[in-house]
Amino acid sequence: MLSDKPNDTNVSQEVMDTKDIEVDLLLQAVFMKYGHDFRNYSKAHLKRRINQRLQLNGYNTISELQNKVLWDKTFFRTFLQDLSINVTEMFRDPEFYLTFREKVVSDLKTYARLKIWQAGCSTGEEVYSLAILLKEEDLLSRTQIYATDFNKNVLETAKQGIYPKKEMELYAKNYIEAGGKGKLSDYYTSKYGSVLFDKSLSKNIVFADHNLVTDGVFAEVNLIFCRNVLIYFDKFLQNKVLKLFNESLTKRGILCLGTKESLRFTDFEQSFSMLDKKMRIYKKLQIPKK
Amino acid sequence: MKAVVVGTSYGGMEAIRNLLMNLPGDFDLPIIIVLHIGSNTINSYISQLHHKTNRKVKEAREKEPIRRNTVYFAPPNYHLQIESDFTFSLSTDPKINYSRPSIDVLFETAAWAFKDKLIGVLLTGSNNDGAAGLQTIKKFGGITIVENPETAFAKTMPSSAIELFEPDFVLDIKNMAEKMAELGK
Ligand SMILES: C[S@@+](CC[C@H](N)C(=O)[O-])C[C@H]1O[C@@H](n2cnc3c(N)ncnc32)[C@H](O)[C@@H]1O
Repeated sequence: MLSDKPNDTNVSQEVMDTKDIEVDLLLQAVFMKYGHDFRNYSKAHLKRRINQRLQLNGYNTISELQNKVLWDKTFFRTFLQDLSINVTEMFRDPEFYLTFREKVVSDLKTYARLKIWQAGCSTGEEVYSLAILLKEEDLLSRTQIYATDFNKNVLETAKQGIYPKKEMELYAKNYIEAGGKGKLSDYYTSKYGSVLFDKSLSKNIVFADHNLVTDGVFAEVNLIFCRNVLIYFDKFLQNKVLKLFNESLTKRGILCLGTKESLRFTDFEQSFSMLDKKMRIYKKLQIPKK
Repeated sequence: MKAVVVGTSYGGMEAIRNLLMNLPGDFDLPIIIVLHIGSNTINSYISQLHHKTNRKVKEAREKEPIRRNTVYFAPPNYHLQIESDFTFSLSTDPKINYSRPSIDVLFETAAWAFKDKLIGVLLTGSNNDGAAGLQTIKKFGGITIVENPETAFAKTMPSSAIELFEPDFVLDIKNMAEKMAELGK
C-alpha cells in the first residue's frame, strides 16, 4: 500500500478511497482516546502531515500508524506535535502592527481596564510583540492578556520568554517596520546565544491551555487576536470558533485575524464591521447587518 | 479535465506570461499557479498579467471555491493546498526545499482532489521543487507537462522532473499552450 511512494505504480481509485477511510478512522481514534478533535481540520494539510509521519517511521499504512497512536501514549505526543504547526515570529506582518497602532489604539485608550485574548499564541513571539506595542502606547499596565494554545509544549516556551538570539535580526527589522518607538533590544537581555524578554512585559499575561474546538468561553474580552489559526480549520469549524469569539467579545469588541484570513465565506460576515480591510481588523456590531 | 496547476521559479514571470498569452481565449479551465517570488507581494504582477492576457487573475483566498475562467496565484509566504471539495486552503508550515509556497504542496494536494482530471505543468526554475509533486500527479492519473529544459530560461526545475520520472510531454512554451488547449477541450 501507500502507493504515493516513489516508483510505485499508479494509484487506483480503490486505494484512494481506502486511504480516505483510514484518515477518518485515525482522527476518530485520536478524538475518542485523547479528546483532541482534528476531525474538521483541513484534510489536505492533515494528509500531508500524516504522510510525512508514515515516511519517517517507515509505516506502510495509516492503520499501522493508528495502532501505534492508540497504544503508545508517548508516540501520540509526537504525532500531536506533527499535527500542530507552531511557526510564528515577532511582529509578523509588520504592516498589521502599524495599522493596529493607527486604527485600534485610540479606541483602546478609552477603556479604563482592558482584557485581551490571544488565541493560538504558539511559542509566544506574537504576545510579546503585542505587549511591547501596548507598553509603548501606555496601555500595558491597564491590560490583562490571556494567551492560550492547546499545545502544552509551546505554552511552556511562551511562559519562559526565551528565544534564540539569531532570530533577533529579523525581529528587530520587523519591529521598526511595525512602528516601534525604541529598539527591540530595549526589551530583552542576552545570554549565551539566547535572549530573555523582560518580565515587566509578561506581568499581565496569563498563559493557559485552551482548545478552541472543545473548550468554551472563559472570559469577556475587548479584543481578540487569532492569527493564522483559522486557516487550518474547515468552514464548519471556522464558524464554530467564530461563534465562540463573537460570544467572548464585549460590545464593539475588536477581532484581529491573520492577513490571509477573513470573515468572508463565514456565518459572521454580517456581525462585524471592517476597521481595516487589508489587515483584517474587525469590530463587533451591536446589531448584526441584515 | 477540471484544472491546470503550474509551478515555476527563476524566469517564471516571463514564462507564465508567455504561456497565458499563447492560450486561446476560450480556454476556460482554472489555472492555479505557484511562482516563487520570495516575500515580495505579487499584486502588481497580477494586475499586469490581467491587462496583458485579458483573463481574470487573482490571489487565491482560503476557502474560496475554484472557478473556471480564472487564474489563481498562491499568496507569497503561504503554502497553497486544494481540498477535496475544490476549495483552497493555506498553511504557514515551514518552508519546503527553501520555498513557501511550495510547488510540491500544491501539486500533491491538487492530485488528491482532481485525480485524473488534472493537468500539471512545470516550467523554468533553478531548484528542484515540483518534480516529486508532478510525479504524484502522474500516479493519480493526471497529465504531466514539463517545459523543454533546452529552451527554458533555467533548466534545473524541468530537468529534475525528467530525471525523476517520464512526464507525458516535454515541450517549449508555444507547443505547450497548443497541447493544453487540445487537452482542455
Ligand atoms: C501557525 S501558529 C500561529 C501563531 C501566531 N498566532 C502567529 O500568527 O504567528 C497556529 C497555532 O494554533 C494552535 N492551535 C491549533 N489548533 C488549536 C486549537 N484547536 N486550540 C487552540 N490552539 C490551536 C497551534 O498549536 C499553533 O500554536
